[in-house]
Amino acid sequence: MDVLETIKAYVVENFLFGDDSRIDPDIEFLENGILDSTGVLELVGFLEEKFGIRVEDDELVPDNMNSLEKITHYISKKTGKSQPV
Amino acid sequence: MLRGPGRVSVETLSRMTGILRHRGPDESGIYIDDRVGLGHARLSIIDLAGGTQPIPNEDESLWIVFNGEIFNYPELRETLVSRGHRFRTLTDTEVILHLYEEKGPACLSELNGQFALAIWDSKAGELFLARDRAGIRPLHSVVTGDRLLFSSEIKSIFQDGGTPRRFDPEGIDQVFTFWTTLPGKTVFDGVRELPPGHFMQVRNGNVHIRRFWDFPFRSPEDQLDWPIGKIVDTASELLLDSTRIRLRADVPVGCYLSGGLDSSIIATLVRRNFQNELRTFGVRFDEERFDEGAHQATMVDHLGVNHSEVRVANREIGKHFPDVVWHCEKPLLRTAPVPMFMLSDTVRRSGYKVVLTGEGADEIFGGYDIFREALLRRFWSRQPDSRLRPLLVGKLYPDIFNDPRLQSMLQSFFRKGFDRHDDPFYSHRLRWENTSRNKMFFSEEMTRATLGRDGLGDLERRLPDDFPGWDPLAKAQYLEMVLFLGNYLLSSQGDRVAMAHSLEIRLPYLDYRLVEFLGKVPAKWKIFGMQEKYLLKIMYKDAVPESVVRRPKHPYRAPILEGLLTGEQEEIRTALSESALRKAGVFDPKRVSRLVEKVKRAGQASEVEGMAIAGIASTQILSRQFVEEFPLTADYPLSPTVFVDRRTNSVGRDTDCSFTNT
Repeated sequence: MDVLETIKAYVVENFLFGDDSRIDPDIEFLENGILDSTGVLELVGFLEEKFGIRVEDDELVPDNMNSLEKITHYISKKTGKSQPV
Repeated sequence: MLRGPGRVSVETLSRMTGILRHRGPDESGIYIDDRVGLGHARLSIIDLAGGTQPIPNEDESLWIVFNGEIFNYPELRETLVSRGHRFRTLTDTEVILHLYEEKGPACLSELNGQFALAIWDSKAGELFLARDRAGIRPLHSVVTGDRLLFSSEIKSIFQDGGTPRRFDPEGIDQVFTFWTTLPGKTVFDGVRELPPGHFMQVRNGNVHIRRFWDFPFRSPEDQLDWPIGKIVDTASELLLDSTRIRLRADVPVGCYLSGGLDSSIIATLVRRNFQNELRTFGVRFDEERFDEGAHQATMVDHLGVNHSEVRVANREIGKHFPDVVWHCEKPLLRTAPVPMFMLSDTVRRSGYKVVLTGEGADEIFGGYDIFREALLRRFWSRQPDSRLRPLLVGKLYPDIFNDPRLQSMLQSFFRKGFDRHDDPFYSHRLRWENTSRNKMFFSEEMTRATLGRDGLGDLERRLPDDFPGWDPLAKAQYLEMVLFLGNYLLSSQGDRVAMAHSLEIRLPYLDYRLVEFLGKVPAKWKIFGMQEKYLLKIMYKDAVPESVVRRPKHPYRAPILEGLLTGEQEEIRTALSESALRKAGVFDPKRVSRLVEKVKRAGQASEVEGMAIAGIASTQILSRQFVEEFPLTADYPLSPTVFVDRRTNSVGRDTDCSFTNT
């Protein structure tokens, strides 16, 4: 499973409780009520564990975290691997 | 009345009245004629010996049933007597009747109180129903076939077997947006609630509903330009007088004392001005983050009152939750009504039938965080790139912003729509969108049934004509009063959970004279900088201990996850089971099951997840209690203290229409 699909599966399971009809790669989490503050921290915990990265405080910004597409880009940069989006 | 062959028997009327015994355990009465039936369950507070209802006027052409209190009744009575009215009793009930005789519906503007009432004019063949300005007392009605039935509570209307009992998807959807239904609506198909400040006239089969009062706000140019000292003096006099007349009763009156500013002020006013010996009652939580015990203790010491507290353990939240849902008759997105239900039990067991409470202060004086949030977002939007302005939002919600890593993401959330100043729902839209996230748990059928019916358009159409010209705080206050106060706070955390144990609450802050005065007070005196309820604080800074005046606002909450999902809560577990969810058809069983598993696994729930758990569990319980297994044949025997039979042939005869009220 590629990075985007991995993150999508996590988001669908944990924040949409199985409903995958509401999420596309560019859907913004905060604007569409997919994540709240507790959810952001859960998601960061997942990313750190799953991809072996450390999310720095100044990286926890909407530009990196607010959609599947943005997170995928962010993970690619962090891990140095190019990922298809 | 409503034309046709509709019939309700004395037995149905008795059952409708009997099921309301918790609202009035002391006496009961029935009036019946060829067109109308009235039932009443009485909680005796004024004129204990002589106040049995229904009560007629001098020539017995008018009959009244009434639930509530008219606090200015002695003054009104004196005027009526001087005009020649003859009274049978010493009650406030009879005062309303004679005032109606003189003035018709215009009598409502003279009543200072909390009421749901019905007057039957047997000569004119007209029924008159009315509900108090703020909506403290409930009043529901339904038209089924050719009959109109009405009652304080829906469970009473459902005692008439001919009334369909099914959910209205639009009503459920509204609860999962606004925390409550819009005024006039309930979650049951066809069952209407008379909105606060409205009356209904029924004559010749026609029903007319009219508004007699609304929360009064003014545009800034019409507000008072008085010096603050004069505003303080006037508001203080009004609150003192409001408290004074709310102590009128032929039984002892106690006070709720939470440790918060609002109830502390009321208890102080009573203790210092009217009662040397005062009983107070408060809720304590085992869980520290909900508990206000230290501040309660400060007030108890300060006032020297005789205080009782009810301690709420998490397991008791789940234990009482089904009973609370039964009394509230709507889904609950919070468990906060449960401790209030437990408290009223303690109060009643202590021998008290009446308490004063501090509800309403946050609405009229500007106490809620959501008011300050709206003002801060507006302030921030004027300098959108400011680094300092968004930090104020974090200061407002230290619990949410407690992790510095989240600053940027949270700021992005609160920035949403912050420049849309012309949005009538500017103050509340974020909250409603957040609550609406719970609709992801709706079943496909439910989602289809509510598509495009989110209530926002309906709400916008109800706004007063001059609403766009009000200041931002007034707009936010109005929305909060019309929705949250009227349909949730005064009901699910107020009348319903108090009356569940036959306890009457009285609310000095909601005296219409004070509410009308504060509608004219400029916003700057309500929220001064970041200080909420500024005016109220300076009014009582010398009367209440500084630690209580200066403490940050502590929203009254109760545990959800720990209360509903941990421990042995058999009834809640059953309500959330796949088979029960399928039977009710409101929610998607798979998604609900994933939610429950997730929060149990994590041992915590986010704000939205908590609301979802409470909302789903309460809707499920409501479905079982009211739709699936309603106790139509339950044993609610009634031996009326008064039975007035005006039927032309009363032997075995049924009536065309039946009306009941407490």
